[in-house]
Amino acid sequence: MADLQSQDYIRRSATNLTPPSVRHHELEVAKLIDVSRCIGCKACQSACMEWNNLRPEMEEFHGAYENPHDLNPGTWTLMRFAEYEDEQGNLEWLIRKDGCMHCEDPGCLKACPAPGAIVQYANGIVDFISENCIGCGYCVKGCPFNIPRISAQDHKSYKCTLCSDRVGVGLEPACVKTCPTGAIMFGSKDDMKDWAGERIAELKERGFQNAGLYDPPEVGGTHVMYVLHHADKPSLYSGLPDKPHISALVGAWKGFLKPLALAGLAFAAVSTFVHSIVSGPNETTEEDEEAARREMSGPEMSGRGNSEGKGKS
Amino acid sequence: MTNTWQDIKNANVVLVMGGNAAEAHPCGFKWVIEAKIENKAKLVVVDPRFTRTASVADVYAPIRPGTDIAFLSGVMRYLLENDAIQHAYVKAYTNASLIVKEGFGFEDGLFTGYNEEKRSYDKSSWDYELDEQGYAKSDDTWQHPRCVINLLKQHVARYTPELVSRICGTPQDKYLEICKIFASTAAPDKALTSLFALGWTQHSVGAQNIRAMAMVQLLLGNIGVAGGGMNALRGHSNIQGLTDVGLMSNLLPGYMTIPKDSDVTLDKYLETKQFKPLRPGQTSYWQNYRKFFVSFQKALYGDAAKAENNWAYDWLPKLDVDGYDVLRAFERMDNGQMNGYICQGFNPMQAFPDRGKIRRSLSKLKYLVVIDPLDTETANFWQDYGPQNPSKPAEIQTEVFQLPTTCFAEEEGSLVNSARWLQWHWKAADAPGEAKPDLWIMAGLYHRLKSMYAKDGGAFPAPILNLSWSYADPAEPQPAELAREMNGRALVDIKDDTGAVVLKAGQQLDGFAQLRDDGTTMSGCWIFAGSWTEKGNQMARRDASDPRDAGIAPNWAWAWPANRRILYNRASADLDGKAWNPHKPVIQWNGSKWVGFDVPDYGPTVKPQDGVGPFIMNQEGQGRLFARGLMVEGPFPEHYEPFESPAENVLHPKVKSNPAARVFPNDRKAMGTAQDFPYVGTTYRLTEHFHYWTKHALINAILQPEEFVEIGEALAKEKGIEQGGWVKVSSKRGQVICKAFVTKRIKPLMVDGKPTHVIGCPIHWGFTGVARKGYGANTLTPFVGDANTNTPEFKAFLLNIEKTSAPPAVDVAQGPRDAQGVPKSLTKVGSL
Amino acid sequence: MSYPKGTLVRNSTATRLNHWITGICFVLLTLSGLAMFHPVFFWLSNLFGSGQWMRAVHPWLGVTLMVSFIGLFVQFWRDNLWNRDDTAWAKKLDRVMANDEEHVPPVGRFNAGQKVVFWGMALIIPVLFVTGILIWEVYFGAATSIETQRVAVLIHSMGAIGAILIWITHVYAAIWVKGSMRAMLHGWVTPGWAHRHHRKWFRGLVASGSPGPTPTSTAKFREH
Repeated sequence: MADLQSQDYIRRSATNLTPPSVRHHELEVAKLIDVSRCIGCKACQSACMEWNNLRPEMEEFHGAYENPHDLNPGTWTLMRFAEYEDEQGNLEWLIRKDGCMHCEDPGCLKACPAPGAIVQYANGIVDFISENCIGCGYCVKGCPFNIPRISAQDHKSYKCTLCSDRVGVGLEPACVKTCPTGAIMFGSKDDMKDWAGERIAELKERGFQNAGLYDPPEVGGTHVMYVLHHADKPSLYSGLPDKPHISALVGAWKGFLKPLALAGLAFAAVSTFVHSIVSGPNETTEEDEEAARREMSGPEMSGRGNSEGKGKS
Repeated sequence: MTNTWQDIKNANVVLVMGGNAAEAHPCGFKWVIEAKIENKAKLVVVDPRFTRTASVADVYAPIRPGTDIAFLSGVMRYLLENDAIQHAYVKAYTNASLIVKEGFGFEDGLFTGYNEEKRSYDKSSWDYELDEQGYAKSDDTWQHPRCVINLLKQHVARYTPELVSRICGTPQDKYLEICKIFASTAAPDKALTSLFALGWTQHSVGAQNIRAMAMVQLLLGNIGVAGGGMNALRGHSNIQGLTDVGLMSNLLPGYMTIPKDSDVTLDKYLETKQFKPLRPGQTSYWQNYRKFFVSFQKALYGDAAKAENNWAYDWLPKLDVDGYDVLRAFERMDNGQMNGYICQGFNPMQAFPDRGKIRRSLSKLKYLVVIDPLDTETANFWQDYGPQNPSKPAEIQTEVFQLPTTCFAEEEGSLVNSARWLQWHWKAADAPGEAKPDLWIMAGLYHRLKSMYAKDGGAFPAPILNLSWSYADPAEPQPAELAREMNGRALVDIKDDTGAVVLKAGQQLDGFAQLRDDGTTMSGCWIFAGSWTEKGNQMARRDASDPRDAGIAPNWAWAWPANRRILYNRASADLDGKAWNPHKPVIQWNGSKWVGFDVPDYGPTVKPQDGVGPFIMNQEGQGRLFARGLMVEGPFPEHYEPFESPAENVLHPKVKSNPAARVFPNDRKAMGTAQDFPYVGTTYRLTEHFHYWTKHALINAILQPEEFVEIGEALAKEKGIEQGGWVKVSSKRGQVICKAFVTKRIKPLMVDGKPTHVIGCPIHWGFTGVARKGYGANTLTPFVGDANTNTPEFKAFLLNIEKTSAPPAVDVAQGPRDAQGVPKSLTKVGSL
Repeated sequence: MSYPKGTLVRNSTATRLNHWITGICFVLLTLSGLAMFHPVFFWLSNLFGSGQWMRAVHPWLGVTLMVSFIGLFVQFWRDNLWNRDDTAWAKKLDRVMANDEEHVPPVGRFNAGQKVVFWGMALIIPVLFVTGILIWEVYFGAATSIETQRVAVLIHSMGAIGAILIWITHVYAAIWVKGSMRAMLHGWVTPGWAHRHHRKWFRGLVASGSPGPTPTSTAKFREH
């Protein structure tokens, strides 16, 4: 997306300076996906393609209703279908709209080395600013939800923007606008949590004792939340992580290693400088040459360096 | 729909059976979700497959395709046995108390009067016993053995839970759980809504499927009430409009019928149409048939329709058979009896059964005109597209004319939705290329025909030469002009009883009540009268306000008839005119008239005490548990197996399938047996596609790119079929090679003790468009239709399935190939 | 290639070219790698035209470096085998640091410090190569799991830092020990340089009559 809302950044990738946040009255937003109301019609998927002008490759049928078979640079949201049979043999078809979760603590942003390629707005939306993206794929490694995809065409990373362009002008995301059953709602995060509470109460009444809200604290909460009938087992929903977190490896890489390495390099550089000042150069002296000449002129020597001024290796 | 989409939210139970509302009607399905959330409704889904509708259901039960009548008859038995019917409603508003003629009977699968040779019934015994005044006799105590309710009890007594389970394969516990949920809506303040679609119509017993459910609804007192009704979800934005304006071979606009050969005079024709009341004091709306008909003739022929020529009755075509439905049309084509075909907005190569026969039949035509916005399979039937359309162009002499037309977004006009709303829409874009509006094309054909008739005479030029054609631009009538004409207008000043002028000559009618049978009014479609009045285009109204969230929104667009949103809404109130459900009244009697958010489907000032029945289109004013002679295969629904079925009819082995359904001899030969084709096939739509259109749209093609069939894990294991692997699916009529989707959502059903596997065949792929090429599920389907409507039996037939490898790839990018296998362009197609 | 009269050949032309290909790759890899490692270095991406160009070219430089380094390895590995002299030399590192080489035991062609650099690089570069391949998004992004890539990117970063630290030592040593730079740029050293820093190597040359670079043991004087 274009960098139209830079005054609303609260986080900016690979940037140590405090981002601007002139506007202080941004409400945190959230998209609430109520999977218990979702009928898997893929209207959201086509609305996403329409609004963002995406036309991913037409694939083959590969034994599932998921089409395309996975998220890709042209598929920012994807309906995933899981056929689940519980211990009693009751079948459930758990359909989940997959896409960026817009983490409060975004792993992609943490991992991104390109300043301003990934930003987080004050409203919580995590956005990829494509013109700054260098295509390294670090966001892929940083993401706990396996969302970003690198385009093989332009080598930039793409994912759901939560329609930051629409939200920025007071519209709801395209998928929300199009969802026929109201399974996708959009508003302030607080309102969405309240609404989710009502939905969960209703689901519990219908016998889904483990109904709950998916707003994983491990990533500081997300700005895309799910109402799940089986909130105790999110992984039933086509592998939604039970406890999503930024990988410890990424934490190490982007955490302690960065300052440590910087310190190490600085130390090495300074040490050499200090050594240079303290010890000075190690120069070959005339005495060394003399000593060498002495040894070379010994009777046993027949060859002495480059005798004709020419040497061949 | 008897009710509206929004009204679904008022339901306590939503039954989706004979349809797949979430997938086929995702937008309207929001109201089901609304009912669940706001009205704590239970969603019950009965379907051979665990569909996307089932994924949000409270209760799901599987059923073998084609056994819905057994299921629903069992439900009726359950309701009657457990006294879970709404007594006052059933007694007053249905024909439960009426006494059936002596001599009526049912034995071994046949009602009285069957003629095996003609495969039809003499229906004279299927009627009421009449008293001296010609009124039906009744017994309000329900003691008479031949009163309808007792005959019904007797008829459904055989459908015990065990038998239902044996026939349908539905587990008994699930079935009984569903019966119980049904029964909960017998309470006067509870309603069940029935949402159905082609899952009920596309059977050889399609009309009876729906009747069975309508009877359940009558027993439960769920017709006419908020959140109830029989709601046919139409599969096309304007298919309701198609039937409304009579685009059927046996219909005139407004559900009037085309005369038969035997209707030699207008009076003879009207004799059977103007129904006399069968109960004292009853309103029978069809008594006005003559007014509708004469006004229609005035719209058709203008001044040329006069009293002297019986309103030009003789110029109407007369049917020599029941109807020229599509099956008959193609049978005649195949037999060389039909040589030309104008195919407007229809794609028979995909939409009609037994594609091989369709291709063969089209190949025998002299000419085929295809009027369509898309490059359809029908227009390309003669081209060799490889295995998906193995035609031999050199052997086909049919001349094909392709006339590209505008699509819905490229023209203005009205669409009639499932809820009978006429919604005006406006043009959004110009048509591409040479596409022209259908009206322009039809006008062009008309003018050429007319000038040919004028010049050359011909056998019967009058019907064409006298046609009324008063449009501003005769070459291109505008949708608005047609809409005004369908509404109708006064031809002279119309006065009321006091002599005051109600309408001046030339003014638009306010409604069909103003229609006259003396030639002073005209109306192209009487049920649309009121849609474009002197106040303007009512269809263009866009006031979404819905008082008290009743789901009525009376000022949004316009609903036929008379802007009435819930049909039979008089039945929403009890005998005293008070709402059965005080929380959700539709109309109520306030002491002097009927009031409410909806327009009363009743005399607005007819007192409740007058005992006029709420079903005013019926002669007895009551909902019919006993259909009299209106259905060809019987006044009660009976379970008949699909024409291709793996099971015996355990009720009456000798009468296995619908005894009154028409089967052409060659088609019967093309029916398979369970020995060769042991699995039950059923066809359906997927939410990602709209019929055969959206395979031309890239986004839809991306969302479901390729033809596949769905099979259960057990069958896949048995046949060694892998997930996503290639399979050959075959019926006696043809084969489809496509991918397999192995799913837990289809399980083998225990039918009469035998596991029965179902193979699901989505229908959307063909050989034109941007999606991957497919054979089309209609390659497999049998050429037999519902006995009443001849809607093809797409939902239940026999298949075999084998693992195979991919069909030979054809470079589709190069388009069709000629006889030598050389790709060729489409430019050889003729144009007018 | 001509060398001044009376000098010793420290590095042949091929060796020097090989070294500098490796070296330039290493420098560019360091610049681009650091740019992708820490935001304070991101400005270095401008040296490559843009971040995208930098991201694109980095792995190719890495492949080049790997191939080039194999050349160096083949040429140098034998002379970098550790021996007793190195241990003795290493024990006198403080003297080395103080430029007091009179009190440092003599060593062959490479001293212990150089050998540490050599073996350090010989160990780290293949690791960087392999882990770099795993995180080479364009070609191998889909080849391994994201978890594998996370491990790879962490190892790659740590390895790179290690390599850069070694490189800093290496470069400083070349600046510090005068004459070393010339040895790698132009190939020759003065006998005094050799006598001062690599006396055993020097004596080996004297003994074999070669102008250099000879294997420590058996090389024969060659006509030239």
